[in-house]
Amino acid sequence: MTALLSIGDLSVTYRRDGAEVAALKHISLDVATGERFAIIGESGSGKSTLALAIAGLLPASSRIEGRIDWVPPSPSRGAKDRQSFLFRNSLPLGGRDIGFVFQDPSASIDPVMTVGKQIAEVAHAHLGLAWRDAYTRARDLLERVRLPVPDAAMRAYPHQLSGGQKQRVAIAAAIAASPKLLIADEATSALDTIVQAEIVALIRQLVAEDGMALLFISHDIALAAELAESIAVFRHGELVEFGSTAQVVSAPRHAYTRALLEAHLGLDVEPLLRQTGT
Amino acid sequence: MSPLRRFLRTPEAIAGAVFLAALFAVALAAPLFFPGDPQAIAGPALLPPFKDWSLPLGTDRLGRDVLAELFHGARTSLAVGLAAAAAALAVGAVIGTLAGFAGGLVDEVLMRITDAFQTVPAFLLALAFVSIVGPSLGVVVVAIALGAWTGPARVARAEVLSIRERDFVAGARVIGMHPLEIAFREVLPNALPPVLALSSVIVAAAILTEAALSFLGLGDPNRVTWGGMIAEGRAVLRTAPFLSIIPGVALVLTVLGVYLTGEGVVETTAVRRSLS
Amino acid sequence: MWVLSFGYESSFAPPSVLPDISPTRGVPNAAPKTWLSCQCCAMTRALILLRRRLVGSIFVLLIVVVGTFLLLEAAPGDAVDAYIVSTGGDAGMIELLRHRWGLDQLELTRLANYLWALLHLDLGQSVTFSRPIRDVILERLPTTLLLMGSATALSFGLGSALGIYAGARPGSFRDRFLSIGSLALYAVPGFWLGLVLIIVFAVDLRWFPIGGIESIASGKTGLDRAADIARHLVLPVSALGFIYLALYLRMMRAGMAEVWRQDFVLAARARGLSRQRIVLAHVARNALLPLVTMLGLQSAQMLGGSVVIESVFSVPGLGRLAQEAVAARDTPLLLGIILVSAVLVVIVNLLVDIAYAFLDPRVGASEAGA
Repeated sequence: MTALLSIGDLSVTYRRDGAEVAALKHISLDVATGERFAIIGESGSGKSTLALAIAGLLPASSRIEGRIDWVPPSPSRGAKDRQSFLFRNSLPLGGRDIGFVFQDPSASIDPVMTVGKQIAEVAHAHLGLAWRDAYTRARDLLERVRLPVPDAAMRAYPHQLSGGQKQRVAIAAAIAASPKLLIADEATSALDTIVQAEIVALIRQLVAEDGMALLFISHDIALAAELAESIAVFRHGELVEFGSTAQVVSAPRHAYTRALLEAHLGLDVEPLLRQTGT
Repeated sequence: MSPLRRFLRTPEAIAGAVFLAALFAVALAAPLFFPGDPQAIAGPALLPPFKDWSLPLGTDRLGRDVLAELFHGARTSLAVGLAAAAAALAVGAVIGTLAGFAGGLVDEVLMRITDAFQTVPAFLLALAFVSIVGPSLGVVVVAIALGAWTGPARVARAEVLSIRERDFVAGARVIGMHPLEIAFREVLPNALPPVLALSSVIVAAAILTEAALSFLGLGDPNRVTWGGMIAEGRAVLRTAPFLSIIPGVALVLTVLGVYLTGEGVVETTAVRRSLS
Repeated sequence: MWVLSFGYESSFAPPSVLPDISPTRGVPNAAPKTWLSCQCCAMTRALILLRRRLVGSIFVLLIVVVGTFLLLEAAPGDAVDAYIVSTGGDAGMIELLRHRWGLDQLELTRLANYLWALLHLDLGQSVTFSRPIRDVILERLPTTLLLMGSATALSFGLGSALGIYAGARPGSFRDRFLSIGSLALYAVPGFWLGLVLIIVFAVDLRWFPIGGIESIASGKTGLDRAADIARHLVLPVSALGFIYLALYLRMMRAGMAEVWRQDFVLAARARGLSRQRIVLAHVARNALLPLVTMLGLQSAQMLGGSVVIESVFSVPGLGRLAQEAVAARDTPLLLGIILVSAVLVVIVNLLVDIAYAFLDPRVGASEAGA
């Protein structure tokens, strides 16, 4: 497995109302090509901050130290980003190299533009496709994410879709330009349980089909264990535990990880143990 | 940080406050600096400004002192602006509270009436009112308020709609308070802040409307008004444009001062509410 | 960011609450049948909105009519007095005329007569012009419509463009400059701006004529005449338009600042879309919506503004007619103008509602079955 992303000693501090809040403290991580990586933590653990840092989306008022190495060569386009100094080798471009799926599907899609156009514009921007071809690709993507009646769905507006359907659209837009890394930041947390399972299954399938690396961020360790090969546990901005899923779930080294696992009562614990055999 | 200090940190607020303070000073000082009738002849007609230092801004067509007129005109603008805004805010707040609190048919009827007042152009309404009743300061104030009360009414109603679901209102009902009493003693005071946020916009609009009415000859004939000065200057626009320009500049600075101060206050209170 | 607007939540404003999410929750991944009808969705929603507003608007106009009638009654002296003043006559004549014109009847009867006349589009007789009020108004209306239409196009077009320019980079120098500049412009009295424009461009530079709508008795026709009228309209349209330009600029700027904060903008950035695309296709497009609503609310203000502008520039339009009516104490004419203005405002608001339905796919969606 070749390296895709290497994070070294990354620290992020937010400036809020005059006070400084340390969101990430000296994080070091590696993600390999095609690897399914989960980051677990509770609110405020800094997991979303890490995702935003990798995607170059941190707010301008944040202070960042450390480095992120994006290994594949990536011709940066108009990279006058404030955060480009972070990346020593090449600058990954959102959409083309990294796909991002946000937590709230209702909020991550433009309410006044058709769903099809929003996916097509990503393909048009990064793949150099003419609009007609971009629309065709969007339609194919809608079919891939299993949205019913893709031809009609292309012309639908977000308010006509359910939460799960909107998240499928968001995923389609995220992978439209065939990125090498898919970041799912609490992508299922706002959905109903049945829909949640469907989306997780969908992500798993898409990631396998396209050979993408996956960075799955969640507070639900059971969900992560189903999906990921490696798990990193975050707490108050620090990386407290890291290892393969099997190892972290069955033999956690840190007390906090143990506490997280124990917090899953009854029904969850048994399937967890059974699955880690695979 | 105290609200006053935060207010003083915004450059716009400071500029606005300076303008307004100057305006108030001018208005209050007018009878001191220029006692007597500002409409009395003070010198030769159409004297340009800066020629004679006893008449710093020159004289108009009839030889009246422009600076004196300017000072006295400030009193009219300020008086009308503040009075009309106060009337509009008061009427609007009351009607909005009634509509929001009563709901049902009362709300529907009051809102349709509000729509009607918003459909008719405010300036035309003021024009008609002054034309029918006759031009005087009080009439001008009412005429302006007739067009301006709808904004505060809608804001008050929106606030009241959200407030009346709150616990303390239910509590007041339980202890048997009369609905009107609840509406005006409990609900209205809490609905006021966003309504008051409109006050600077309304004052500014009132000052501009009064100027326009005076320009058309519908202001109080016994008082000096900036709009009236501009109208008089129009007759000699080619030869003495300064007569029309100077009062206009005064108007712009005044209205700008009101806007800036208002914006400063809104930002200060908004920040304070978000911090608390 | 403080937005200067005089009308909030008017009944002419579309609901701000989004309609319910499609009723497929609980049924995994079913397709709502309305996806297939989305192409004609806009027209359907527009008509639904129209129907809703139309009933309310008629009621509002009725209130305006009754209010106008009451003002007419409150005016000292009536049509007969005005007639006598110009023609002369004795007490007997006054009583005869009063009886003939139905002015000695009960108020309610007179109100009924008034309403009946209005239904026949009869606004009464103007004493000043000795002609039916309707004719006088219709004569002057096109000029005012031309003036207002051009001024609206100028203020909305240029104002929102500058607002987008400022809002593309919040906090930048150009943003602050345009912000302060627009505030100062909004503080300018329209009639004074008109006079200043006359002094600079008509008197000093002589680029444009001082007033009027066209060169008198020039005998020009067709394109020449249009060009002549256009040249005469440049200054009045500028005076009327620049003030409201400031309003649209500030609204667009504030709106964009608001939209920038939304999550879907962050998502668009995450998808690597170019800044230009995000600013125009997403942020500005969303920020445009409240401005379109404002167009409707604005029309009333602009009609009022046209009174002074037409006076300053001697443009023979409806606004100037209002001023003439005031000067001549011709109250029926003035109130006729008010009625016509109210109808105009209602029509503009209805058109704006239709446009809004086309721009915002969420409006009226729940009733359309989307």
